[in-house]
Amino acid sequence: MSAIAPEAVVIGASAGALEALSVILPALPANFRLPLMIVVHMPPDRSSILAELFQAKCRIAVREAEDKEPVNGGTAYFAPPDYHLLVEANKHLSLSSDEPILYSRPSIDVLFESAADAYGPALIAIVLSGANQDGAAGLKVIADAGGTAIVQSSEGAFATAMPEAAKAMCPSAQVLSPQEIAAYLEKVSGRP
Amino acid sequence: MTDVDMPEKIEDIEIRLLLEALYSRYHYDFRNYAMASVKRRLRQAREQLGFETLSALQESLLHDPNMFPRLLGYLTVQVSEMFRDPAYFRAIREKVVPHLRTYPSLKVWVAGCSAGEELYSLVILFREEGLEQRTLFYATDINQEALAQAEAGIFGLDRLQLFTENHRKSGGKSSLSDYYSAAYGRASFDKTLRQNVLFSDHSLVTDAVFGEMHLISCRNVMIYFDRDLQNRALGLFKDSLARKGFLGLGAKESLRFSNQAAAFSDFVREEKIYQRLAA
Repeated sequence: MSAIAPEAVVIGASAGALEALSVILPALPANFRLPLMIVVHMPPDRSSILAELFQAKCRIAVREAEDKEPVNGGTAYFAPPDYHLLVEANKHLSLSSDEPILYSRPSIDVLFESAADAYGPALIAIVLSGANQDGAAGLKVIADAGGTAIVQSSEGAFATAMPEAAKAMCPSAQVLSPQEIAAYLEKVSGRP
Repeated sequence: MTDVDMPEKIEDIEIRLLLEALYSRYHYDFRNYAMASVKRRLRQAREQLGFETLSALQESLLHDPNMFPRLLGYLTVQVSEMFRDPAYFRAIREKVVPHLRTYPSLKVWVAGCSAGEELYSLVILFREEGLEQRTLFYATDINQEALAQAEAGIFGLDRLQLFTENHRKSGGKSSLSDYYSAAYGRASFDKTLRQNVLFSDHSLVTDAVFGEMHLISCRNVMIYFDRDLQNRALGLFKDSLARKGFLGLGAKESLRFSNQAAAFSDFVREEKIYQRLAA
């Protein structure tokens, strides 16, 4: 655990996202202190049902991110389909229609790199199940900035390529199961 | 830890100075853009244009006039589709057009038209609805190259399948292939679509009102602005719209966080189409 109290969590997930997030997000308590910004790869024409789906299951607030909205603690923000989600230095969210990165929009790397700039070492980044390499480069940027890097363990993961690629590029990343990730987040959120 | 404790990173200083240089030298003002995307684009430009640092890029920008259009390409790059979000164009067709029919002449402004996808979508829609002949379209952008592309009306043939599908879903009453000829992997759109279009260099950041509009469509342009600049642009739209004129934004844009919200009412809420209230 880094010496600096974390201020935010970013999560990237692709194939198998729902299973992993269904363990992590509902486990967080109502008084969870940190904001969570989440990119899940989705087909572009799908109107997002993720926020609604998780809102019903979670004690924290869950929303689809809106452009230029201030980041609030205890809230999970999902990137809308077909837009990149970024965090500004003043801790507001921005959307972008820039070209897909690694065929993905939203892109995990785009969120992670902007969050690394906004939060520096006070950031926890998590790469969950997925079948591509998105998130690996971003996770390294976050770790290089002093943030905490976590990847989902292969055991029980729906698709391992994405967390494995992230671990390969960012060897300092901790390898945890979704249950362990939930417990970790709850623990660090409780720190003053 | 607070932001005040964190010394400004060298890269952030470089970005600030480069944007200042861009403004002083070329009068293009990106200083109130949303910085997270600007930073991404500048990093990409630095890498692909082959500079070690943004300071080196800045030096070239100041001294080499050829560098400016190249950098502007990175800073204003827009990727769109014809009839992107077909439900938006369906709402224009089914909800807005009946109101527009009551006017003897119409003005439509596509603000930040980029390479013209949104413009051609609207012109085709207006032709299908029998409104094109009484409409003057203004297509504006700050990027001359993009404007030239929009005026040329040529798109990669590989994109036409998506455009065609979007057009159909938007309630299109004709076949998109009626409007272009295909050759050498490119689709060249019929020049008659441009007969009522005025292409013009206009900045939402620094320029003023230039006409009274009945419909302004500005989709996924203001997401690149910070909130102050969004407010400026929305104020410009407010002042440019006729009473009860329409403003269409991108699917994930809204007036919710804007100080101009009181000047508009929701017209088609789910498609982010607003109507200007009486002053």
